[in-house]
Amino acid sequence: MSRVDVRKTYKLFIGGGFPRSESGHSYAVTDSKGKFVANAALASRKDARDAVQAARKAFGGWSSRTAYNRAQILYRVAEVMEDRRPQFVDAVRQSEGLAAARAEKVVDESIDRLVWYAGWADKITQVVGNANPVAGPYFNRSTPEPTGVVAVLAPPESSLLGLVSTIAPVVVTGNTVVVVSSYDRPLPAVTFSEVLATSDVPGGVVNILTGAAATVAPWLAAHMDVNAIDLTGVAGDADLARNLEIAAAENLKRVRRAPATEPDWTQDPGIDAMTTFLETKTVWHPIGV
Amino acid sequence: MKLEYAPAPESRSIVDIKPSYGLFIGGEFVDGHGKAFKTISPATEEVLSEVADADEADVDAAVKAARRAYTRTWSKMPGRERAKYLYRIARIIQERSRELAVLESLDNGKPIKESRDVDVPIVAAHFFYYAGWADKLEYAGYGTQPLGVAGQVIPWNFPLLMLAWKIAPALACGNTVVLKPAETTPLTALLFAEICQQADLPPGVVNIVTGAGETGRALVAHEDVDKVAFTGSTDVGRAIAKVVAGSDKKVTLELGGKAANIVFDDAPIDQAVEGIVNGIFFNQGHVCCAGSRLLVQESIAEELLGRLKRRMSTLRVGDPLDKNTDVGAINSAEQLARIRELSDIGEAEGAGRWSPECELPQHGFWFPPTLFTGVSQAHRIAREEIFGPVLSVLTFRTPAEAIEKANNTPFGLSAGVWTDKGSLILHMANHLRAGVVWANTFNKFDPTSPFGGYKESGYGREGGRHGLEAYLR
Repeated sequence: MSRVDVRKTYKLFIGGGFPRSESGHSYAVTDSKGKFVANAALASRKDARDAVQAARKAFGGWSSRTAYNRAQILYRVAEVMEDRRPQFVDAVRQSEGLAAARAEKVVDESIDRLVWYAGWADKITQVVGNANPVAGPYFNRSTPEPTGVVAVLAPPESSLLGLVSTIAPVVVTGNTVVVVSSYDRPLPAVTFSEVLATSDVPGGVVNILTGAAATVAPWLAAHMDVNAIDLTGVAGDADLARNLEIAAAENLKRVRRAPATEPDWTQDPGIDAMTTFLETKTVWHPIGV
Repeated sequence: MKLEYAPAPESRSIVDIKPSYGLFIGGEFVDGHGKAFKTISPATEEVLSEVADADEADVDAAVKAARRAYTRTWSKMPGRERAKYLYRIARIIQERSRELAVLESLDNGKPIKESRDVDVPIVAAHFFYYAGWADKLEYAGYGTQPLGVAGQVIPWNFPLLMLAWKIAPALACGNTVVLKPAETTPLTALLFAEICQQADLPPGVVNIVTGAGETGRALVAHEDVDKVAFTGSTDVGRAIAKVVAGSDKKVTLELGGKAANIVFDDAPIDQAVEGIVNGIFFNQGHVCCAGSRLLVQESIAEELLGRLKRRMSTLRVGDPLDKNTDVGAINSAEQLARIRELSDIGEAEGAGRWSPECELPQHGFWFPPTLFTGVSQAHRIAREEIFGPVLSVLTFRTPAEAIEKANNTPFGLSAGVWTDKGSLILHMANHLRAGVVWANTFNKFDPTSPFGGYKESGYGREGGRHGLEAYLR
């Protein structure tokens, strides 16, 4: 008789732990051909609030780590992901329906993207910071600082590369994040959270909610303890994007707007995914005896 | 109160020194044509190993290997793939950190607590930092094209750290290198060659040629070298600048120093004393940016000197591998002779010499922590780089006088300022003609922070975004 496999329970990732949804709800996730794969937790408003709380709690510690340390940790995430490459290839094939070679490329690109962002931790200040030659005897310097807790609506199509490409630029600079993963393709995000949990990333720095952006995102957009929101995940839904932006305006969240269509994630990402979620701090100090 | 310390030696068993080493060319160890020379432990004069001496033909072979690797592999490789090799190297350095630290202390004589807690961690961090630049050069503002083959010559005071400062940015930018470690400290560079093998770095990207001055001369003069990077004495730096004159070689020189460490009367005095001690006795004073001239405001000079002498009396000089050692061995007999000569001249010129009571080992090269008071600006110990644990103390009354005296030197590598007044720190920093100014701290190094000198302390910067400029066009 053939062996019966032991299937994984796919759960949320909040504060470094793996809870089920507080609501008790789940939803059926299918592969690209419509075949049932698993029941994923369906995140609720309460789950989103818990995630924000966890992210806020982690912000102080994470943002005051040295940039070097954050770089080391992000690189460690890439190392562990490389180690679990076959698992990610399977996950991407299953959720995106890609051929093996194509799925391998996506996973490679995702790992390389993490390495690319890891290197930015101690360089972004050197690229966007400045010494300002003010006309007077003052030292004047501008440096970037993380904006705080960022909500990210991960893209619906690109379940791994898109996910990594929206999380990494937020956390590398010291922000903490609450992510709503792709509704139809949430499983690579859950597997990714298992990598985060074993890569020295402090609990609460990245929180991943599986569920529907349309129902969870409004709570995040309106949440007064969220400092910024990335709307990439609702690309193409102009009405929803606009409503979220209006809700976000209440506490003047920094908004990364939803593009008309989901971006090509294989392109050079540039640095605006980082700079959107940075504040610039300018320090003055007199010079003289 | 005198504290007694039981010996706490770090075990040597972690290192496996071979009886002899060849040159590392094209990814393999090969024999050199010159007469092999011995490298010793300066703490005991024990012979550690025999090392090949690269002659002109060997240097030529190394440059050819570097050129081949540059043309066929390294310059064509996308930055993000080059980055991964550098990350691998950084990780292996972290994994083998204790081994590197022990070997460095054995060959160089520096205290294990410095090689373990300062040198090796910064080496790993330096590779990690520049790895991250390899795929971001378009953001740095210095172009994205590598130069070609870099010929790099490094000193004996921070053998592995200087190797990292040279190799990491060069490779990140797409250059290949031929590096010559100092004659008295070749062993960690040769262990680094092994690390390159473990990382599967393509052959020829890093080549290590051991030897003395002649080997270095052959390397910087080689016509197929596109870039010369040198750290060492101002005299040799001058000679190199003359050798490359008229060529297209890009040059960076990190040379000597005679840094002023300036203490104002409102300085936090205990911190200042620690900073002065760190500034001049760190690494036995074998530091180009050492705070070798103490400029202290007259009103606190007496009190400060009293505290400084008391602190110096607690420094433990001895076995570099002992975890409690503060000051290790002088790197070579030659360097010891130079320190003795200049110190004797200081005394003969009329300065007051003082050292704490301190028992020095019978074998090896040792010099006690020493300070000179009553030093005038004309004294040779106030003008020349001693490169040893010898501090010259001068006084000043006003900030203007401190600036005048601090800048009264042909060097301009670093300076220190100690005061509680922020605006005065920045005023001093603006007026000091030095490449690095430390305020209420001293001898701090970080991969993100550019380092290099004004005037006869050389040109070019290593570290930080600025450090890329030397390896790009």
